[in-house]
Amino acid sequence: MPNDQQIAQTVLDYIVREYADSLQGASIDADSPLISSGLIDSLSMVSMKVFLDQTYRLRIPDAEASAEAFDTVAGMVKMLRKLGVA
Amino acid sequence: MNHSKDSMDAARETSPGSTGLHGYEVGALRTALDIKEGRPFNLGALLCDRHCAQGRGDRLALIWENHTGLCKSFTFDDLRRYSNAWANRLAELGVNPGDRVCLFVDRVPDLYFAFLGILKLGAVAQPLFSQFMADALEVRLADADTRAVITTVRHLEKVRSVRARLPSLAWVILTDVKSGAHPPLAQGEVVMTAEEAPPVELTAFSANEDTPSLLHYTSGTTGRPKGAQHVHGSVLSQYATTRHVLDLRPDDIYWCTADPGWVTGTSYGIIGPWAVGATQAIFEAGFSAQRWYEFIARHRVNVFYTAPTAIRMLMKSPPPTPDQLASLRHMCSVGEPLNPAAVLWGERVMGRPFHDTYWQTETGAIMISNVPGLPIKPGSMGKPVPGIAAAILDQQTFQPITVPGKVGLIAFRPPWPSMFRGYFKAETTYHSKFVGDYYLTGDRGSVDSDGYYWFVGRDDDVINTAGHLVGPFEVESALLRHPAVAESAAVSKPDPTYGEVVKAFIVLRPEHMGSDELKLDIMNFVRKHLSPLAMPHAIDFVEKLPKTRSGKIVRRMLRAQEWGEPVGDLSSLDD
Repeated sequence: MPNDQQIAQTVLDYIVREYADSLQGASIDADSPLISSGLIDSLSMVSMKVFLDQTYRLRIPDAEASAEAFDTVAGMVKMLRKLGVA
Repeated sequence: MNHSKDSMDAARETSPGSTGLHGYEVGALRTALDIKEGRPFNLGALLCDRHCAQGRGDRLALIWENHTGLCKSFTFDDLRRYSNAWANRLAELGVNPGDRVCLFVDRVPDLYFAFLGILKLGAVAQPLFSQFMADALEVRLADADTRAVITTVRHLEKVRSVRARLPSLAWVILTDVKSGAHPPLAQGEVVMTAEEAPPVELTAFSANEDTPSLLHYTSGTTGRPKGAQHVHGSVLSQYATTRHVLDLRPDDIYWCTADPGWVTGTSYGIIGPWAVGATQAIFEAGFSAQRWYEFIARHRVNVFYTAPTAIRMLMKSPPPTPDQLASLRHMCSVGEPLNPAAVLWGERVMGRPFHDTYWQTETGAIMISNVPGLPIKPGSMGKPVPGIAAAILDQQTFQPITVPGKVGLIAFRPPWPSMFRGYFKAETTYHSKFVGDYYLTGDRGSVDSDGYYWFVGRDDDVINTAGHLVGPFEVESALLRHPAVAESAAVSKPDPTYGEVVKAFIVLRPEHMGSDELKLDIMNFVRKHLSPLAMPHAIDFVEKLPKTRSGKIVRRMLRAQEWGEPVGDLSSLDD
């Protein structure tokens, strides 16, 4: 079972790969604000949610899919743990 | 119907009232803005130089803050000087009156200085949403024969990737960057940051009310996005509604969250508030409920104008503390219908209701609205603002419906000062928006027995997602570029947060199998080619798409299924 660090790395790798145009080489880590900083548009949250749903075989409820939960990779890991990703 | 300057003049002569356009008291508005009828003026100068000439040059015009907490303040005299610098620099580069200059910039201070400078030069500002990707950018620059693009380091590669296919594009101007602190420049690229430019005095271009000022691209149901042409005289409508609807006063602090790449961000994020002489607070950051409340508190924002999608995101987030919103007096919303729950939430949690306002890129200013003093019916757009003649037209006869509650086409009687004067290089399409005595909005609605207007939906296939129109043709064209896609249809799907989102129906090429991974790949493909707005939020792989016998995809059938509505007449369907 992946630990928090492994989940964070999986998510970071996805973001760096799929949002390269938005990041424009900016260095990010698990605590970097993504949406609140304007680095990634809040509408892009949806594709992040789909990635997480597919990768961790779950359905993130709409109530959990807030801008706050998706603002950092650390926040996404916390949300996934809350939803029972083990 | 010709809506050129001649018809505007004719309407002034024949309309009721001494100086009105169908009751719009233009004379009083001109007096308030020191515009002398028949005498030249310039919108850029009106928004800053005028305040300086009247002794208000040291008043705060712009409080700018970014996501790192960096904060800068600018007076109206700063706007005057920095916009002069931009106008001068553009002139030095050979930009002429009438030339299109694109602003492809995040909300940095130079966006505002350059916008005013473009107007002062007599050129045409073409703001574009900075989250547009290369394909979306190229289509809009090509259509406008854009002469220069102002951008930042962050978006430079997107501009460079399309430049070779834009023969009209002479200059790429890098801004918000210190000299030397930028990547090596290619031919035709220069750096310009107003705060580093030498001071220059300038006589603004002599415009009149019908001189082109702005080109805003908007999506339609067919074909590519079109440039709605606006004029310097639009300020008459924008000033009036900023005072009457937004209740903005010269000593107010005002925050409009709209990006200036969209019409709200120029009409009410630049023109209206600075015509009034108010102070604008601009937050160059993404969404965060906590940071937004802190911003309102820190800068003591009095009037707040935002989008229903943002309000619904606030509703999902922790509420503000009671003291954070103590300065707020009035709140309005724009871009998409404001659901009743959001109105009631605003009243309960933020202490006052959001006032829904209704208008379009083509109208240039608010047309139907809830206003201070008018009781709000949650879910209603409100009533036509003073000077605007609105109607609900029968969809077959285009005659006004007089039965309360009956659904028809929302329409306005032209002209009004901020009415668009054309679609750039699309005259036929422009004239198709006018039928009989009316301009057709493309929206359906009804009016109740109290005169309140209620939005029902689009009358065409355009998708309104998070308050922004997305054309299905543009999405489908991008989808067809994906190697797995043989055919596609993009329609609107209801969404609790965004109002509507794009849903794609896709017929795959025979060698590809449908899978969740492929859906995500296609979503990201569209996002990376067009924008996060155009990205489908849902995808269905289908065997075939519904088509007429002539092969045209019947989007309305797919849309009706998504919305749970009757699919209508299917007699023309092929199968």
